Amino acid sequence: MSSTLERDELRPEQRTPTGHRSLSVKERNATRRQRTDQVVRSVLTFMMILAMVPLALILIQVIIRGAGVIGWEFFTQAEPPPRRAGGGYAAGFVGTGIMVAWAALMAVPVGILAAVYLVDYGRGWFAGIIRFFTDVMTGIPSVFVGLAVYALIIVGTGGSVGFGAFPGAVALSIIMLPIIVRSAEEILRTVSDELRRGAFALGARRWQTTMKVVLPAAGPGLATGAMLAVARGAGEAAPLILTAFGNVNVITDLFNVAIGAVPLQIYNGVRQPFAPGIERAWGGALSLIAVVLVLTVVARYIGARAKKVHRA
Amino acid sequence: MADPLTPGTSPPDRENTRPRTSLHSSGFKRHSDRLFTWVLLAAGTSVLLVLAAMVLRTVMDSRPVFEYQGVTDFFFGTEWHAGFSRTEFTGTYGALPFIFGTLFTSAIAVSLALPMAIAVSLYINFYAPVKLRTTLSYTVEVLAAIPSVIFGLWGMLWFIPNIVQPFSNWVNGTLGSFIPFFGGSVPSFNYFHAGVVLAIMILPIITAITREVMATTPPDEIDAAYGLGATRSEVLRKVVLPRGFSGIVGATMLGLGRALGETIAVLMLIGGSQRMDFRLFFGGDSLAAHIAATFQDASPETLVALMGIGVVLFVLTMVVNVAARLIVWRFAKVAGAGDAL
Repeated sequence: MSSTLERDELRPEQRTPTGHRSLSVKERNATRRQRTDQVVRSVLTFMMILAMVPLALILIQVIIRGAGVIGWEFFTQAEPPPRRAGGGYAAGFVGTGIMVAWAALMAVPVGILAAVYLVDYGRGWFAGIIRFFTDVMTGIPSVFVGLAVYALIIVGTGGSVGFGAFPGAVALSIIMLPIIVRSAEEILRTVSDELRRGAFALGARRWQTTMKVVLPAAGPGLATGAMLAVARGAGEAAPLILTAFGNVNVITDLFNVAIGAVPLQIYNGVRQPFAPGIERAWGGALSLIAVVLVLTVVARYIGARAKKVHRA
Repeated sequence: MADPLTPGTSPPDRENTRPRTSLHSSGFKRHSDRLFTWVLLAAGTSVLLVLAAMVLRTVMDSRPVFEYQGVTDFFFGTEWHAGFSRTEFTGTYGALPFIFGTLFTSAIAVSLALPMAIAVSLYINFYAPVKLRTTLSYTVEVLAAIPSVIFGLWGMLWFIPNIVQPFSNWVNGTLGSFIPFFGGSVPSFNYFHAGVVLAIMILPIITAITREVMATTPPDEIDAAYGLGATRSEVLRKVVLPRGFSGIVGATMLGLGRALGETIAVLMLIGGSQRMDFRLFFGGDSLAAHIAATFQDASPETLVALMGIGVVLFVLTMVVNVAARLIVWRFAKVAGAGDAL
């Protein structure tokens, strides 16, 4: 390259006895490259810090503005009209609890069995297709799931099943299903093959190996997926607008009565220009974020530990 | 009775003294394995069945609106006037403003989130102290767990008025007079403001995959580049980024897919005007947001039209997601990452 030119510019003391450039001499190019490197480093550090700011801002705001609202009354009282102060999100907590519980009851067993199929039983292209569409399903817009469940269950039954907890739970379970399958699959793959072979060698049937050896060995790890799915389901608002419909009164029926949910109440509270309703929305946000974050953090912790145990 | 297993005592009757651990079995037990396999197959297939049922039903239910309006007019019509009839179509249904709003806000979100995601992944993989790596990736990825409605609430009541609005006003004031992309007034809720919050929401999704993609860069190539005298930033630019390019594209498309379908947060921040404009600070509407905003008050004919919007949204996200997954899968295969991605 430019080495011949540069050699001519060198002073005598910068040369080696053979006339080459001494290693202690910095090329002009090198200084520029080092400076670029330092600039890149500081830009990346800055963006790393910037990326962590939103989480901090959200948590700070939600805690500051929500803490004052949380109290016994907030968890036990139904919500008055947005203009009036007092009251709480009891309807939302009960509704979210019922729908998430039913959704988990539907999605967790199916999801874990599907994962067992993918890991130990499924072969060839069919398992590949299931795995692929499970991945794709995690990306389906939740509002479309709500719309489809409305079309399938509420329109599909000719109105004999109306808006309420059941269609809401079905919509949430469809959203949860791929999360559970993927996470359970990941955990089941870490169960070592020696365990399976050991069980077979003892004369166990395949189903006995699965139910009595593989699943218990994966045990706590399987809870990871269920908890992540519950965290996701508890925070969903869009599909519930189209299926549960929302309600400010406490409802415990499973069918045909519109039922409330915490995310729905937050959304409805914020839409109105009344301070008391907005204040309650911050309270709802704080309780929701607490539940979701605790579930996520605990799930990740359990998941990380479960993987470590089997790797060893 | 004598123990039939003890040597020297011959069993009087073979049938009754079969040891309990016999390998023979009868009846139900013999079929238990096959039955169990069928149950598992059913569980696995249920994923496909649910997906197929949702698609078929919504497509069937939305057909009338496509027949009434015509597919081209539904996609490219710019007028959306909901009718109020219970039995027939009376309104005008052109979904272009919503399609445009969805694409525009998602484009804003991706163009803001992608550089951030790449920077964060590079930092975590190549600059952060080893002890900090897990914590750093964790703090970014925990963002993904926060419910959409909370992003909406926070964006609407704190983030937009305190941070983004002053910035938008400033940009609009300095550039708006001569670049038509800006200009006009800056309402509190518009494409840009929805896009900024969307960017925060998809950042963890893109980061999670980009980070793992970069972690699969062969260490030999990195060491070779250092050995040739490259600085760290040169290694990143000339080895890590080209190596992971297709994986990063896949990750970006996954983020895009999420942005296209995001509902509640966008609904709270986009403005909801049912019109469209090419200006950055224009209060428009998106497909998902429009469904959620008008569903509860919709007349029967409008419900069918909303179903049509839902199908358009589904097709859009499906195409992006399938392409993204194929790219990421292919990358994982080529990079030898197995199921890591």
